[in-house]
Amino acid sequence: MRALLLRDLQLALRAGGGFGLGLAFFLIVVVLVPFSVGPAAALLARIAPGVLWLGALLACLLSLDRLLAVDWEDGALDLLATSPLPLEGVVAIKAVAHWITTGLPLVLVAPVLGVLLNLPVAGYGPLVVSLALGTPALSMIGAFGAALTVGIKRGGLLLSLLVLPLYVPTLIFGAEAARRGAEGLETGTPLLLLAGITGCVLALMPFAAAAVLRVNLR
Amino acid sequence: MPDLGKYADAVLSAYAASLVLLVGIVALSLWRGRRVRAEMQDVERRSKRDG
Amino acid sequence: MSLWEYANPVKFLRLSERVLPWLWGGAAICLVVGLVWGFFFTPDDFRQGSTVKIIYLHVPSALMAINAWFMMLVASLIWIIRRHHVSALAARAAAPVGIVMTLIALVTGAIWGQPMWGTWWAWDPRLTSFLILFLFYLGYVALWEAIEDPDSAADLTAILCLVGTVFAVLSRYAVNFWNQGLHQGASLSLDKEENVADVFYFPLLVCIAGFVFLFLALVLYRTGTEIRVRRTRALIARETRTTDLHAEARDA
Repeated sequence: MRALLLRDLQLALRAGGGFGLGLAFFLIVVVLVPFSVGPAAALLARIAPGVLWLGALLACLLSLDRLLAVDWEDGALDLLATSPLPLEGVVAIKAVAHWITTGLPLVLVAPVLGVLLNLPVAGYGPLVVSLALGTPALSMIGAFGAALTVGIKRGGLLLSLLVLPLYVPTLIFGAEAARRGAEGLETGTPLLLLAGITGCVLALMPFAAAAVLRVNLR
Repeated sequence: MPDLGKYADAVLSAYAASLVLLVGIVALSLWRGRRVRAEMQDVERRSKRDG
Repeated sequence: MSLWEYANPVKFLRLSERVLPWLWGGAAICLVVGLVWGFFFTPDDFRQGSTVKIIYLHVPSALMAINAWFMMLVASLIWIIRRHHVSALAARAAAPVGIVMTLIALVTGAIWGQPMWGTWWAWDPRLTSFLILFLFYLGYVALWEAIEDPDSAADLTAILCLVGTVFAVLSRYAVNFWNQGLHQGASLSLDKEENVADVFYFPLLVCIAGFVFLFLALVLYRTGTEIRVRRTRALIARETRTTDLHAEARDA
């Protein structure tokens, strides 16, 4: 399993694609926001937590269609399926690799982009914590979506259509926690609920994703 | 026609929109059903004749 | 004779031929009676004026929107556990009907909301949940359309339906947490205190019966259509195979 994780990470690094691209996309979304709603500092401060969450979510979505498609095309997925490693484990590792290459950088860079959007000082802690808790769920749900659409040519758009509704609970609790933090309110409840959703997703989604992948590999 | 008062537009447009949607799905289902049934009978006849 | 007999497509088709006229008839009678009764012969509400008449479309369609998804869930489970093709096809046939029901509920709700709440749309928990349900329906139908192999399409959409159900319920509670609502509580419940008044209640029940009949009729009919599509495709495949064989025999 560790070998698979390392291999995926190395591939992502060497290709350079997912790593930088997601971050650049996140940056551009955040830069475009003031152009679309105006540069008033108070307004930006109010919408900053939501914009940062939405940007992170979209940046995460952007790289999902490559999550399994590369290994599907070159046949590596068939090899992995016949290996002693359970397919559930393979999918989970793929999601972890996706999170390390996409989610984690987004979490780290979010405070910097928060400065651009005039995020109140009190909001940085909750923003980073909520993103750190929520993005693993985004990657895991995304892995399920990628497994669903892996056999479909040009499945990218369909993937978004399938995955985005599944992101709703995570987005609601994550953005709510970040918003409450920015307004100086108590953030415990949404963070706990967010952690609960992420925990459940990480525990159960690999089984659904593996089941779907078995159908597609048939 | 009952007196709908000042909300006549709202009530009538709600009924119109709903009926259009309902009739639409029924018509679409029937149309596709007919076509598929005809096609199947066509193919069945052909396969009986040939084999 | 058990219920599972009807998992056989031929038996299913024979049954649906026999039942369908009754269902269409029941739907037509109930809808006409209920809607005419509701539209022409019920008084206006004290506060809502004549907009109360929208309830005869809004409540039944909202009920059926949820029940359609529930039926798809049950059908998907039967497909996953017992592998009856009719079940998978019934789930597929129900989805577009569910989309239409959701649309009717949303549209009539918006038209009612404009004079009553002063807005077409509010990000109220019930409204938002329905919008999310609508998105789930769209994704489900899109996935069915996108996959060519019928058996894997059935498998994948069934799993999507299960996962989607969990997330739809989760979203329902998440949305509740996120915003307090304008929408009134249940119009119908076993607890009589909350219900709408009797004058509106009985025509509403007739309308609900009409929507249920209409839904059943549509699903049975559309399932029959899907079965015929499947059979036609199988026949055509066999035909091309035999012509290929003939051609090979001639060449040899």
